[in-house]
Amino acid sequence: MKPGESAVISGFTDEQLSVKLLEMGFLPGTVVRFNFSAPFGDPVCVNISGIDLSLRLDEASTISILD
Amino acid sequence: MSNPHRLKIALVGKPNAGKSSLFNRLTGLNQKIGNFPGITVDKRTGFCHLDESTSAEVIDLPGIYSLYPRTLDEKIVVEILTDKKGEYFPDRIAVIADATNLKNCLLLLTQLIDLGLPVVLALNMMDLAAKSGLSLDVKKLSKQLDVPVVMINARQGLGMEDFKKQLLLATKPSQRKVFQPLNGVTKALEEIQNHFHLSTSYEAFQYLQQPENLLFLTPDDRTFIKGVAKEQNFFPHKYQGAETIHRYGFIQSVLDAVIIKSAGQEWKGVSNRLDKILTHKFWGYFIFFVVLFLIFQSVFALAQIPMDAIDRGFADLSTFLNKRLPDGPLFELISSGIVPGIGGIIIFIPQIAILFAFISILEETGYMSRVVFLMDKIMRRVGMSGRSVVPLMSGLACAIPAIMATRTIDNWKDRLITIFVTPLMSCSARLPVFTILVALIVPHQRVLGLISLQGIALMGLYLLGFIGAMFSALLMKAIVKTTERSYLIMEMPTYRVPKWSNVGLTILEKTKTFVLQAGKIIIAVSIILWVLASYGPKEVMDQSRGTVRAETQNLNLTEAEFENRVAAYKLEHSYAGTIGKWMEPVIRPLGFDWKIGIALVTSFAAREVFVSTIATIYSLGSTDDHATIMDRLKDEIDPETGGPRFTPAVGFSLLVFYTFAMQCMSTLAVVKRETKGWKWPLLQLVYMTGLAYTSALIVYQILS
Repeated sequence: MKPGESAVISGFTDEQLSVKLLEMGFLPGTVVRFNFSAPFGDPVCVNISGIDLSLRLDEASTISILD
Repeated sequence: MSNPHRLKIALVGKPNAGKSSLFNRLTGLNQKIGNFPGITVDKRTGFCHLDESTSAEVIDLPGIYSLYPRTLDEKIVVEILTDKKGEYFPDRIAVIADATNLKNCLLLLTQLIDLGLPVVLALNMMDLAAKSGLSLDVKKLSKQLDVPVVMINARQGLGMEDFKKQLLLATKPSQRKVFQPLNGVTKALEEIQNHFHLSTSYEAFQYLQQPENLLFLTPDDRTFIKGVAKEQNFFPHKYQGAETIHRYGFIQSVLDAVIIKSAGQEWKGVSNRLDKILTHKFWGYFIFFVVLFLIFQSVFALAQIPMDAIDRGFADLSTFLNKRLPDGPLFELISSGIVPGIGGIIIFIPQIAILFAFISILEETGYMSRVVFLMDKIMRRVGMSGRSVVPLMSGLACAIPAIMATRTIDNWKDRLITIFVTPLMSCSARLPVFTILVALIVPHQRVLGLISLQGIALMGLYLLGFIGAMFSALLMKAIVKTTERSYLIMEMPTYRVPKWSNVGLTILEKTKTFVLQAGKIIIAVSIILWVLASYGPKEVMDQSRGTVRAETQNLNLTEAEFENRVAAYKLEHSYAGTIGKWMEPVIRPLGFDWKIGIALVTSFAAREVFVSTIATIYSLGSTDDHATIMDRLKDEIDPETGGPRFTPAVGFSLLVFYTFAMQCMSTLAVVKRETKGWKWPLLQLVYMTGLAYTSALIVYQILS
């Protein structure tokens, strides 16, 4: 994904991390928007149902999205 | 202790929902900060009146998103809310929700409902919600959840009366059951529920999910629970995920029913535009460094005025007491041991207050999470996380509050490394030592008419401390092993104007913690060191006057000069002096003599004592006047070479030594408390002393 793009979450690849992500509102079927990334490309800032959150790239990469 | 007619109210909610504002609003200055027994999480409690006849004890719990904790701070919340027999178990729970962000805030609420706890939902930030265009049916929301709902604005204090009234009335828990644990676990839950006599099956579910996090359970209880879990093939992660999805489903259906008009994103426009600049590749870092520079300048320049006043005040008080109190060891202990000891703590208050004023402003405005965001990648290279930035920055004022600030780091390894390297950041206690030595060995000149050489040297020392910290972090990263994962899933709050009363209360709280935590140890150790420096073998001490008199017969000294010589003689022959002399062979390669050795010993508890010890040992009396001390040090001759004693080599060696050496008992004590044992503080002491010794050795050997 590029900054400014949005996508729908389909699932998670990491079960342990998914618990935390779900709590924060990363629910399958929700739209996630990639706001911008930090200067070195990591971490990234995303918007999920109106909330801005920061994630590390390796955390973000456990979220699968629908193409 | 606790009044049976007093209601216990716990404030819970996610971070940035305005919990602290509400707590401050309810209790005002009527609050105190303590510790939960056995663990190092700050306990903020306060009192308020709900109506004329009912008072309440309010406890402000750390921010959480759900009952499944990640950090130490979060664990305590779960522990308190699930331990029905516990001392802190609340009669009422107020869930503070950010109205602009309801969905996320209701997750915890539904869990509390299922635990069968009496809850009041406070919708905070209604002003922002209105601005965003959100409009919802609060009555319907209350009905759907079967929970009283109040609208408040904690910052402006709106809706507080209604909130208090609802807290009084909310006696019974919500009758709703949001989440029924899935079929596969019913048997396990029944077993646990019966064994522990629990009132709800969700409570049993919590026991089953995370026995390790519920600290009130005995080892036997845990074994029992684990036995049940194993028997029923229970895997926590799978169930937690399913539970969360289920709860969000419920929340969505509730919200769909109560929201009349949903919020737009337009109101965040300013905040988003600010983010474009503040997290920009170049401007982001540029602004961050400007902010750092500003903080740095204020901590040192602004704090200087009150610090000088405090310094003078205590010196005067000490002299005054010395003259007025009758002779005798006890009175001397008061005037020369305890009073300067207390002064040594009070003097740091201006710097700590200013530093925390800034940190609190950065947090209140929401900028701090951007700093974490900007710095995370860089900090991870050296084994820390973006969250380590705040502790490291605080370390520039004092390592004690800085180390306490590491509690927000959820990963143990990240936190340990941060704790380990924070004392290498040059704290304000090093400054008096730096100032006097730099002034002594670096010429008072300006390069290009602008930049002061001494200023550069001072900055270089801070940089050296920082580099030392980063290097040590890298080292630790390679050594410490962990399987625990580090997270950085963090909300980026919308920028806001800080609320000044919150800033004020934070300053008060942090300063108090510093005085109480560090204060006790600094006083205790300064008394011990005072005894070491004032007493010695009785015979020598008793005859000191006569000996000095005989030595200085032909010098025509004034009375004051004579007294100063006696003081120097006494210090030389005191126990501290003996240790200093005994140390000489060890510190000789660094260019230090026994006089500096004594100063190293006496400044072990607190670095700044170096200056006053040097003053005494060079027969200057108890002066703190830098010019006097400097002139004296400049004139000091090295008996071996015939040249000046304080050559640049000795000066730089000493500077480097103080940059790296631990020399702070209170830090060690705080590290012991935070890491729950002597292993890490001792390692830290050995490591830092070793680093200081080696670096000073290299510097001296190269320069001399």
